[in-house]
Amino acid sequence: MSEPGFLAEVVEWFTDPVNWSGSFGVPARTLEHLQITAAAMAIAAGIALPVGMYIGHRRRFEFLIVSVGNVGRALPSFGLLLLFVIAMGLGEAPIVLTMTLLAIPPILINTYVGVQAVDPDALEAARGMGTTELGVLGRIELPLAARVILAGLRIATVQVIATATLAAVAGGGGLGRYIVDGFAGGDDAQLFSGAVLVAALALAIDGTFLLLQRLVTPRTTSSGAPAEVAEPVLVTTRGG
Amino acid sequence: MADTMISLRDVTKRFPGAARPAVDRLSLDIEEGQTVVLVGPSGCGKTTTMKMINRLIEPSGGTIEVDGTDVMRQDPVRLRRRIGYVIQSIGLLPHRTVAQNIATVPTLEGWDRARTDARVRELAGMLQLDEELLPRYPAELSGGQRQRVGVARALAADPPVMLMDEPFAAVDPIVRARLQDQLVGLQRRLRKTIVFVTHDIDEAIVLADRIAILNIGGILEQYGPPEEILRAPANAFVEDFVGPERGLKRLALITVSDIELEEGPVVGPATPAEDARRMMKETGFGWVAVIEDRVIRGWVDEPMLEGKDRVEDASPRKFGAYVTPADSLRKALDSIVASRTNVAVVADRNDRYLGILTLERISREIRVPS
Amino acid sequence: MNELFDWEWASTHLDLFARQLGQHVSLTLLAVAIGLLIALPISIYVHRHRRLYGPVTAVAGVLYSIPSLALFALLLPFTGLGTDTAEIGLVSYTLLILIRNTVVGLDGVPPDVKETARGMGYDDRQLLWRVEIPLALPVIVAGVRLATVTTIGLVTVTAFIGKGGLGFLMLAGFRNLFPEVAVLVGLVLSVALAVLAEGLLLAGQRVLAPWSRKGVAGA
Repeated sequence: MSEPGFLAEVVEWFTDPVNWSGSFGVPARTLEHLQITAAAMAIAAGIALPVGMYIGHRRRFEFLIVSVGNVGRALPSFGLLLLFVIAMGLGEAPIVLTMTLLAIPPILINTYVGVQAVDPDALEAARGMGTTELGVLGRIELPLAARVILAGLRIATVQVIATATLAAVAGGGGLGRYIVDGFAGGDDAQLFSGAVLVAALALAIDGTFLLLQRLVTPRTTSSGAPAEVAEPVLVTTRGG
Repeated sequence: MADTMISLRDVTKRFPGAARPAVDRLSLDIEEGQTVVLVGPSGCGKTTTMKMINRLIEPSGGTIEVDGTDVMRQDPVRLRRRIGYVIQSIGLLPHRTVAQNIATVPTLEGWDRARTDARVRELAGMLQLDEELLPRYPAELSGGQRQRVGVARALAADPPVMLMDEPFAAVDPIVRARLQDQLVGLQRRLRKTIVFVTHDIDEAIVLADRIAILNIGGILEQYGPPEEILRAPANAFVEDFVGPERGLKRLALITVSDIELEEGPVVGPATPAEDARRMMKETGFGWVAVIEDRVIRGWVDEPMLEGKDRVEDASPRKFGAYVTPADSLRKALDSIVASRTNVAVVADRNDRYLGILTLERISREIRVPS
Repeated sequence: MNELFDWEWASTHLDLFARQLGQHVSLTLLAVAIGLLIALPISIYVHRHRRLYGPVTAVAGVLYSIPSLALFALLLPFTGLGTDTAEIGLVSYTLLILIRNTVVGLDGVPPDVKETARGMGYDDRQLLWRVEIPLALPVIVAGVRLATVTTIGLVTVTAFIGKGGLGFLMLAGFRNLFPEVAVLVGLVLSVALAVLAEGLLLAGQRVLAPWSRKGVAGA
């Protein structure tokens, strides 16, 4: 399978105009992949960001963070996806639901960790100067937590893109289709090309988040310090 | 004279990128069984000098000999196992119990269990560490206990040489004083060659047989016994470093038995009150000590003798405290300042009267010839 | 829909579940073990040669970010269906976690502890094995815990390349080769396995670091 001709086949696949047009073409599949990813991310962030901020700011219900983290780690995305598709039928709804559920833990945990890690002295000083609670959150906690929150969004996105790929196994669209169809049809070039596209998309988005993270990192501290704050990234892992 | 145990010859250390050497051609001989304290302001290279002896820092030039052998010609690991090492933060292994920590070097050296256990117990006793502390972890100990475990660990394989880098700097003053006393007592028995680094001149005075005063860049400004350094500072730097109270500090090094005592106003219990009064007037003390068979009964003053025939009728009052011949003049001075009679009464351990010390007598010792 | 709760089929196929669970466990253990064998020496080296930390974690991070299905698909044309492909993919996901935790753990060893150990005559090897690694162990084991739980989830995806353990049950149930209850059984067993592994390794963390249980660490 890995004879020299294989690479040529892959190049051929990538240069074949057929693969670049129509609803089965790369642009359309990429768009599908991104749309479903964006939808799941928007819902997950809409839930996890405010909840994480609330828990981190008020330091109440902190046990929720640990529980969600534990459950999130233990749930296999593949099984969850198949279960939801069986329960809800083929379509985008079960896929988006799975992706959303898997995206919540990393966003929630990192938002909480980032907000609650802010130096209490800075908060007290701000409150002492008459800043409102919303002001404390918006002007102090969020800017200082931005890097860690972005790290959470980044992990969630990686997870969601991976699950969106798996969705093809359960009849979903997106770039995963090339992999699943290539496998089913014994077309290694298509399978491999699809994998390259998925990997490229994942890495491109990952890289974008890394850049964003770097942009929001306060330059006041010496280079090493903020990196340690991002350590809770390891609390959340991926299952897809 | 004892043999030289550690010898530094023109030892130099340059750290990469530094404008000046940290230690510049330092020569120093340390005799076997002595405690030498390296003292100086930060940046004087005292710690660097010490760490070159066990090669935690490699010298850039010069030679260091320990027990007659050039350290650079020895395997650093072998060398270090024969040199005890204690630092300020102690660096106990947090994952090992107290007993295992003390047994560190014996374990590395492959001692058998019975010998190691016996040695650990012996050291625990020597450093007054309760045996029930042995199975605990360092995190469960107090600061002073950790320091003692650190010292016990350094002594475990009975190394002839000990290096101690500000080992007592992190504990509170009361514990520090106790640890210093303990080290002095231990050293009196063990007679190790100790190189001790501190920035605290008072600590140096208490511990040292000889003090090496270092200036920035590892310049040796003076090397001598504490008493000599206080009495005759070699230059303005030393004088400044020792501080304005060097006369006072010197008192800590002189014992009461070193100087001549005054006889003081002394009467027997049967002495007529009239004679006692006359003695008060003549000596100018305003009181007399009452002695019976050389043992101190107490003291009486004029108001107490009012209407009494003999001294003992006035029931003499006890002195607040005595000073013994082994005490330092510094302690005698404390006693003078605290007493109502403005003198320190010197007595031996059986309360036998030896004489008195006055402020004038002590101030004569403070006035050092310069 | 009733197929999803076909307990009768489930109760008569316990041996199948046990077999797939066994495969799941062995795929996981092998991946974490190989991951450790690769990550430990790399971490120890990177810990001593700091400049390599960025590049090494960047490479491991790229591997970590590639979606699992894509990674298996990238390997498939070269290594074929089966255990090799599964393990290469699974191992590459453990590396980032294991390397980062091991390096962070080694970094956390107090410098004064290392200095006195050296001062007392530990050579480099003794320092590493008797001081640095034992003290880093809780953090390393935490990494093993995360890597193990992550791998348990990812093993299910290897169903796609003919392995899968419990993932095989899920995929077969989904494709109606088995009743749909197989998906549920696979999912539940997979979660249970993850929870069990998490608990065991957490307990292991505590057993391996008895000194950190009492009081504050640090001397």
